[in-house]
This record gives sequence, C-alpha cells and structure tokens, in this order.
Amino acid sequence: MLKSSTTWLLVAKRLGIALITLVIVSFAVFFATQLLPGDVAQILLGQAATPEAVAGLREAMGLNEPAILRFLHWLTGLATGDLGISYVNHMEISNLIAGRLANSLKLAGVVAALSTPVALCLGILASMWRGTLLDRTISILTIAVISVPEFMIATLAVLIFAVWLGWLPALSYGVDVDSLGAILRAYALPVITLSFVVSAQMIRMTRAAMIETINTPYVEMALLKGASRTRMVLVHALPNALGPIANAVALSLSYLVGGVIIVETVFNYPGVAKLMVDGVATRDLPLIQSCAMIFCFSYLSLTTLADMIAILSNPRLRR
Amino acid sequence: MTLPLRLSRARGTSAPRQRTYVFNWAGRIGLAIIVMWCAVAIIGQWFTPYPVGKIVDWNFFGPVSAKYWMGTDYLGRDIFSRVMMGARYTVGIALAAVTLACALGVILGMIAAVMGGWFDTIVSRLLDAFNGIPSLLFGLVVVAAVGSSIPVLILTLTAIYMPGSYRFARALAVNINTMDFVTVARARGEATPYLILREIFPNIVGSVLADLGLRFVFIVLVLSGLSFLGLGVQPPNADWGALVRENIEGLSYGAPAVIFPSLAIASLTISVNMFIDNLPTRIRDRSE
Repeated sequence: MLKSSTTWLLVAKRLGIALITLVIVSFAVFFATQLLPGDVAQILLGQAATPEAVAGLREAMGLNEPAILRFLHWLTGLATGDLGISYVNHMEISNLIAGRLANSLKLAGVVAALSTPVALCLGILASMWRGTLLDRTISILTIAVISVPEFMIATLAVLIFAVWLGWLPALSYGVDVDSLGAILRAYALPVITLSFVVSAQMIRMTRAAMIETINTPYVEMALLKGASRTRMVLVHALPNALGPIANAVALSLSYLVGGVIIVETVFNYPGVAKLMVDGVATRDLPLIQSCAMIFCFSYLSLTTLADMIAILSNPRLRR
Repeated sequence: MTLPLRLSRARGTSAPRQRTYVFNWAGRIGLAIIVMWCAVAIIGQWFTPYPVGKIVDWNFFGPVSAKYWMGTDYLGRDIFSRVMMGARYTVGIALAAVTLACALGVILGMIAAVMGGWFDTIVSRLLDAFNGIPSLLFGLVVVAAVGSSIPVLILTLTAIYMPGSYRFARALAVNINTMDFVTVARARGEATPYLILREIFPNIVGSVLADLGLRFVFIVLVLSGLSFLGLGVQPPNADWGALVRENIEGLSYGAPAVIFPSLAIASLTISVNMFIDNLPTRIRDRSE
C-alpha cells in the first residue's frame, strides 16, 4: 500500500507532538523535584556544615543559577548522555543506570515476547466465540486481573508457586545465576506476574478491536453467504483489524512501565525501577530525575507508536 | 451518540420522568459491597474489636481464630481492626481525589468545549502532555520531592487523573455543543456559564458519573501501589496497600495478615467495576 504524502505529514505531526510532550514532561519532572523544601547543599553536607562550605558547594553545583538555566543544563546533559552525579554515593548516574537498564529491558522483552502471542490468540478466540462460556471466562478473568493492584498479582503468584506448590523461590533474585535452571527460576515469578498484567489489558483491547470489525456489514455479509465462523473471523475480519490490534498491543505494552515499578520492588529485581524506588527512599534527586525520564520516554514512545500504527492503518484517521 | 438526543427530548418537558432504574444481580452485589465499605469507612472506627495500634497478641502473623477474625500482623496487632481503619484511608483518600479530579476535569472540559479557540488548544495540549507521564511514576516523583502526607497524596492523585477526566468530558461536551438546542440557546443570547450549567452539564452527567467510578478504581490501585512502595499513607496509620507492605514478610508463611488486606482492595475495585458494567444503559451510555 502506497501511503500518500498527507499520511506522512500526519505521522510527522504526531512525532512533533510527542517531542513537545517529552519537553513538557521533562519540565514537569525537573520542577516537581525542585519542590523539595530545604537547600540541597545543606542537606548534602549535613547540619554541622559551616555556612562557607554550604555556599561553596552551592556555587560548585550551580545552585545559584536561575532554575530555568539549570533546567536547560540538565536537558542538554540528558540529551548528550551526561546524567549528572548521584547525591548519595557520588557515582556517575549513567554508570549506575547502564547495567540496571539492561536488566529491566531484558525483563520487559521476555514479558512482551511471551504475552503478546498468548494474548492475541485468547483475544481473537474470545471475539470469535463471543458470548460463549469461553468468552465469558476470559472476560471475567481479565476484569479480575485489571481491577486488582499489580502487587496483589505478585503476592498471589508467590503464594501459589512458591508457598503452596514450592516450585520457585519466594521473593528473591538469586545472585548465583550460574546455571540455566537457576536463571529460569529467578526470572519466572517476575515474568509470570508482569505477563498476567499485560496480557489482561491486551486481551481486552484485542477482543474489543476484533468485535468492532466483526460487527461491520461486510463481515456479516461473509457470514450470510455461508462462510464458517472461523473463516469469517480469520479471513474477512482479522486482516482489517490488524491495525487496531497492533495499536492495542503497543498500548498494553505501555502498562509494563507501571507494572515494572511494582514487580521489581516486590521481587527485588535489580532493574531501573528498583534503583528509582531506592533513590526515592534516599531522596537522590538526580537519580530519580534520570530514571523518571527513562520511564516517561519509553511510555511516550510506546503510546506514540500506537498512535502512528493507528494513523497508518486507518485511512479514516487521515481525514 | 444517541444519549444526548434522548435526554434532550426528556428535558424541558414537564411530564414526570421515569426514575426507576433496574439493576441486575451483579450490579446489586457490587453496589452492596461498595455501600458496605463506605459504611465501614465512616463508622468503622467505633466498632473495631481492638484498638488499632494495640499489640494484642504475642504471636505475630497469627492465624485466623475466633478471637482475631483475620489473624494478627507482624507485631501481633489485630488485622480485622486494622482493615476496618484502613478502609477509612483507602476509601476516603480515593473518594476525595476522584471528586476533585472529576470536578476540575469536567468543569475545565466543558469550558474548553464551549469556548473553543486558543483556550481549548492550550489546555488540551498541556493536559495531554501530563497524560504522557505514567501515573505511578508521577506519584513517585512528587512524593520523592515533597514527602508523603494525606493532602499531598490527594492532590497528587487528583493531578494524575484530572487530565483523563478533562479529555473525557471535553469529548462529550464538544458533541453536545454542536446540537441544535445549544445553538438556539446561543442565539437567545445566553452567557457561557448558562450554556455550561444548563445546556451541556445535564446532558453529560450520566456518562461523567460512570467515568468517575472507573477513575475511582484506578485511583484506589495507584494509591495502594504507592502505599505498597512505602510512599503512601505513613505509619502508624495504614491504608490497605500499606497493610500489605507491612506484612509482606508473612507471605512466605501464607499469613492471613497479607491476604485479607489484599482481598479488601480486590473486593472494592472489582465491585465498583461490576457496578459500573451493569449500570442501566440509560445512565451509562458511553461514547465507546
């Protein structure tokens, strides 16, 4: 399918909006963390510090500059990969984050690879056999998963797999991940928990997207001319629902961002989210800002991707 | 969008409107559980079997017994009393936040829809940008910056969910705004406040209420998530999320102290969902 220039214009416009949003978000993140009552230099040096030392540190950290200048500094730093230095252990934040980010991405990647095919199959099946026992079971289960907090799914998974069945270790990311079995067991619970959360969203959205397509006159026509239900759904409806489904997949994957925060904390998984939650406990603001921007960036990319798929696949959105 | 038409026909006529809404059993169960938790939140304080902060049993993570209906927690405090008190924080904070968020969002949304122009564009763009921040993350950043207290929690949750409410109300109001009766009112020379209050608002209130319910669920989830991370309601007080966090050590023994607060959250959120899903279509005619 050849896309007209107006389509690409729309895509470019959506990208531009995403970029502006990113700037506004970074603005919000930066200034939210500036609300901290008290003087950062004073906090860092402790109550016993002399006023001269505090003033010196303020000067060295550039705290005397106006906030907007510091924001611009911070933003250019972010763009060039200079994330600043941690208040707590005085290490380069980029070093702190690098390994953790790889861990988080690994977790997210495994979850996405695992839950997408399962969720798509279940969602399409539910829409194909709409109103049957299968559909109702799936609907009730997904509603149940969506309406409870992520940490509850996590605790439930621990209860079932670690406490009652005894298959997996509870609440521990084993440091001795030397064998394949150990790695699998360490990953299992976080992956299971996140997969449940993400799949539930994805199944619901896929089902809704498919049903919308199935309700169109041309699919009904296929049924009337005698096509089987399977043929009607898979051959007539599915190709046209691919766009909305891809959109649903990208949107559901953005739920990973929130889920990862809880799951990494529950299971003590050494990812970015755990780093950030620890940073909140020690009030390590540069670290929190950087982690927050990583999460916002991934979230925005996924929602933007979802919108762009929607634009590219649906001619009506191009006006 | 058939609702506005139907409602607008009902408006203005003096014939008595039919007010009896029929709820099916799932909706009734949902409503009953919601009412129960609200009652517990309001009057539960005076009915707790033991003082909330009192260590009543030397046996920590005690099992369910006739004396301690939901077992005891990591210090040997009565979980049943703590869950009753937790209802006050969870339901209270969520209700305050959702009311604020929806009130602000709906008012702004209606103003934006009626005024249009640059006001609409700027507010929409700004609030859309806020939608680009994952909700739990926003809470984390704010709490990291200003510390956690109940007013901060309420305001943060309001800020997180106001943009969604705005977007929802604006979309509905924009549709109503193009209807003939609004055009007529404009031609009559009615002022913007009148248009918003008398023409737009009555026609979106049903959908807005259904939306409020769904948002309430999200707020309960984020609030419990924050408390679970130790950033929500601070000890010695505890909402349900904080109760789960306090007692998470007991998970390896399958202690009831972890299970019952979790069940409390689940029962509240699932019953709100059940209630909203089974609202009579006359109230819940959503644009989806």
